[in-house]
Amino acid sequence: MDLIQWFAAPLQHEFMVKAILVSALVGLVCSALSCYMTLKGWALMGDAVSHAVLPGVVIAYVLNIPFAIGAFVFGVGSVIAIGFIKSKTRVKEDTVIGLVFTGFFALGIVLISKITSTVDLSHILFGNVLGISDSDIIQTIVISVITLVTLAILRKDLVLFCFDSTHAQSIGINIVFLYYVLLSLLSLTAVAGLQTVGIILVVAMLVTPGATAYLLSDRFDHMVLIAMASGVFSSVMGTYISYHIDGSTGGCIVVLQTLLFVVAMIFAPKHGLLVRAKNS
Amino acid sequence: MEQISIDIENVTVAYHGKVALHSASLQLKAGTICGLVGMNGAGKSTLFKAVMGFVKPASGRVLINGLPIRQVQKQNLVAYVPQSEEVDWNFPVSVHDVVMMGRYGYMNLLRIPRSPDKRAVRDSLERVEMWQMHDRQIGELSGGQKKRTFFARALAQQSTVLLLDEPFAGVDIKTEKMMINLLMELRQAGYTVLISTHDLASVTTFCDQVVLINRTILAYGKTSEVFTEENLSRTFGGSVGDFGFAKSRSTQRSQEEQEWT
Repeated sequence: MDLIQWFAAPLQHEFMVKAILVSALVGLVCSALSCYMTLKGWALMGDAVSHAVLPGVVIAYVLNIPFAIGAFVFGVGSVIAIGFIKSKTRVKEDTVIGLVFTGFFALGIVLISKITSTVDLSHILFGNVLGISDSDIIQTIVISVITLVTLAILRKDLVLFCFDSTHAQSIGINIVFLYYVLLSLLSLTAVAGLQTVGIILVVAMLVTPGATAYLLSDRFDHMVLIAMASGVFSSVMGTYISYHIDGSTGGCIVVLQTLLFVVAMIFAPKHGLLVRAKNS
Repeated sequence: MEQISIDIENVTVAYHGKVALHSASLQLKAGTICGLVGMNGAGKSTLFKAVMGFVKPASGRVLINGLPIRQVQKQNLVAYVPQSEEVDWNFPVSVHDVVMMGRYGYMNLLRIPRSPDKRAVRDSLERVEMWQMHDRQIGELSGGQKKRTFFARALAQQSTVLLLDEPFAGVDIKTEKMMINLLMELRQAGYTVLISTHDLASVTTFCDQVVLINRTILAYGKTSEVFTEENLSRTFGGSVGDFGFAKSRSTQRSQEEQEWT
């Protein structure tokens, strides 16, 4: 197949141009945050929060306010609920996380089934970047700007928080504030990721690029750049591939991300399986 | 007039209703090194955490240079080096990055280092003989080098009160000696050091004062007066013999070396 044609043909459709740009932006933002998620060990938390935002998204849809607001309330709310149950009962944390996020998620599914059509349900669950509306695009841009600016300003403090929160505390940094900043950004980016890959696969966007980059770098700044590059690449290429094979966009993006991780896992120059096997 | 640097008054700490530290009182003058000695679980780490304000005491108060801990932290007056087993050694940071974290309290919100910060980092790394390693990822270091890196971070903070929780655990003799020498230099410069250690014999070589702790402060004062066999047996429940009271690791080692040459 003609390679130029393969890339150029989809761009004749306005919806594809939009889809590719939005995918790239979402890939960029989620990848940036994914570095903090993987280093802080928040993969399970990311999974929980990204699912728990569902009822918030549905309620926001009904009230005709931005999804991000509903997601924010339920995302942060779910973590507060997890903390409350953990401290007041003898149930272990991973169990609490599992039961809270599935409970919220189930509530969201009930709300969708009673309130909106099944088409909307599948869009929220599996993403609908090929049919994204202009208002959703604006919302994604706003979320992206907030997230990237916050990460840029608080980068050093957040890295310190992930690495050594005791030291952060000992020099008078407010770690409770940083915890809620990271949590809020997680809820917001879950909404952004929901546009492209859907709520079920959002956690991949928030974990995989960071994990891939973690294998390829020993410097935080390099790690962020590598994660962003891999996130944008898989988002854009995944959107293209889904167009050509007429398959699920979210699925294609996440499969590509996972393949990049596998390649890094095997061939990474320092932490890859091949090098490790050679050295041992 | 000698200034009181660390002032702990009647501090009681309980976790989930269980008392970990009962009614601890302690006053340390500026320019002293004070050893904190007790068994595992005797409340040493709890005392540090109470001083740093990480746990809220059920009663009592802590002042450093006459100020409450929040103000102390904001003014970079105290540096705390916890036990390091919880550090993620695979974290993508270099030795230099870690020591620079000691300077964040002096920087603006964006934490952009200026020349005094860079100088302090280089200085601190040179003092612990780690400057040539400054570009290494922290997981590539030996046990002693890891400890020296975190010690350098405390030096870079340029705080006149140092709290060190088991800094000699798992380090080589060379590192232990170097750190003791640095602590004695800091004492000369008027620093106050509170240090917990298992190495009982080395305590007598560099600590001016000793605090014996077992869920409460059993005794404290001049090392020569407090460090008696009777007090120690109270601290360790009558099993001093197991703790190598006789010789410090460093003197033992040098004798062994002599025997071999």
